[in-house]
Amino acid sequence: MQEFVHFLQHDVLARISPPLGALPDQIVLLGAILVGAAPIVAFMAVIAMAWTYGERRIAGFIQARYGPNRVGPEGVLQPLADGIKLLAKEDIAPAGADRPLYELAPLLVFVGALLPFVALPFSEKWVISSMAAGVFYVLAFEAIEVIGIIMAGWAPNSKWSLYGGMRLAAQMVAYEIPMGLCLLTVVALAGTLNLGQICQMQGGAFGVGNWMVWPWVSPFATLAFFMFFVGGLAATKRAPFDLPEAESELVAGFHTEYSGIRFAFFFMAEYAAMYVVCAVATVCFLGGWHGPFREWLAPAAGAPTISDLLGKAVQVKTADGAWFVWANLWGALSVLGKWAFWKPMLYELLGAFYLIAKSFFLLFVMVWMRWTLPRIRIDQVIYMCLKVLLPFSLLCVLGAAAQTVFTDWNLLHWLLSAGK
Amino acid sequence: MSDFFQHFGQTVAFIAITAVVIGSALAATFAKSIVHASFALFFTLLGMAGYYFLLGADFLGITQVIIYVGGILVLLLFGVLLTSRSLDQLQIRSRASYIAASAVGLAVLAMLWKAIIRGPWQHVTPVVPQQTTQSLGRLLLTDYLLAFEFSSVTLLAALIGAAYIVRRREK
Repeated sequence: MQEFVHFLQHDVLARISPPLGALPDQIVLLGAILVGAAPIVAFMAVIAMAWTYGERRIAGFIQARYGPNRVGPEGVLQPLADGIKLLAKEDIAPAGADRPLYELAPLLVFVGALLPFVALPFSEKWVISSMAAGVFYVLAFEAIEVIGIIMAGWAPNSKWSLYGGMRLAAQMVAYEIPMGLCLLTVVALAGTLNLGQICQMQGGAFGVGNWMVWPWVSPFATLAFFMFFVGGLAATKRAPFDLPEAESELVAGFHTEYSGIRFAFFFMAEYAAMYVVCAVATVCFLGGWHGPFREWLAPAAGAPTISDLLGKAVQVKTADGAWFVWANLWGALSVLGKWAFWKPMLYELLGAFYLIAKSFFLLFVMVWMRWTLPRIRIDQVIYMCLKVLLPFSLLCVLGAAAQTVFTDWNLLHWLLSAGK
Repeated sequence: MSDFFQHFGQTVAFIAITAVVIGSALAATFAKSIVHASFALFFTLLGMAGYYFLLGADFLGITQVIIYVGGILVLLLFGVLLTSRSLDQLQIRSRASYIAASAVGLAVLAMLWKAIIRGPWQHVTPVVPQQTTQSLGRLLLTDYLLAFEFSSVTLLAALIGAAYIVRRREK
């Protein structure tokens, strides 16, 4: 964070105009947070919109029917129409509801779904905070969502909501354990909790040879990947684990009594949580931003970075005054005409494309499974977690730890000599 | 100038977090329903994590969230919500309980106050630690290995005990 503020102050603001660079840290940070939060919320909304449409069209295809195809070409504007409908809908609260909690719950769930995006990389350099404990952080903030869901289940004073909320909270808390252990397998192999570093070491031949998921990298990680994905299905209450909103018995589970924009918050949070699970699986197991042909665009050692180029373009005029600000801005814009600017830019863009494309493939598998598999019983859900996923994920952690010790001779040597 | 803003920002953040912690703690203490008290506790626990983040202890802050919010508070809420619904209307506080709780609270406050006043405070220039996670991990597996293993065995014993208590009894 400190580095980022420093970068903004010295490499961006100071070069546009020296007085801007002298702005205090806290103000720069606050501005960066406000400017940075907007695209994240927008990205979350776009994901939710794209996948409500995608889910219904894929469901239509799987069930040999059409799905939404009337609003716009092939129905692509359907999510917009739905959004307007949800915004304009009357906000109804049950008479017996606990009003403050009823109104707070959707916001908590939404914030809980938003927070993991802080540590989630989109590409090699496109990450809001490349924090050291990234994996741990992404797992931890699911807790806020759980609290929000329990609140949403209790506040409307409805039995369907309460049952759904309790089921979901139990399911999320239970499946957090095997999911965490599966990620621990990767952490043990990679030797770091930083999502960016975990992803960086998975390049290999042709950008695909060294993904964690391949059995030749580690058979334990292969097993862990499938278990993580199953755990992710359960933690995001996707079929076959969608007991918490089982329509035939619980109406709609914890959001039965919610309508309008409050329901939309739950809806967006659900799709955001699905994306987070898929993106974490992509970063930790499927090589993240690595993919074919990307290394062709890799910047050579010592090649100027984007911020270097921007700096060179604007630092010609360092004198103070309004005219120089505009001259410097023009200089910054002129960088857009240079291949040296576009090459690293395309490098990042291709990385982001690979990462999001792989995540979207996993999301597609989630949707595919929902419309293929029947719902299982609650005792089967818990059996699956405690007696299947938990022991096998523990096995994966042990195996990965053993693999790390016996393949990393430095570590083995350190361990053997530690007592002396 | 910049230094002033640095301290100013930290002070504002500290006051904001403290307001949340104290406000929600008071709400948890005086809330009429036990469910409201539990949800107020959520903000107290989250505010404590905020203090840790403010001090640069990111790992500790995340641990606070995962253990207290994700573990203990969820367990507490399950306990409250799965027990009888009439508990919500139940008068959970009486005059006697107020007096006893105040006495215990004041005693703890007096003890803390004495510790704060008498404590040999050393003024150290704050250093923002880099990579707290790595250093913590290294220390846990070297210098504090015994304490680490001891607590994990204790937790394992608690798990086995819980499984034993809830087992299906054969007749």
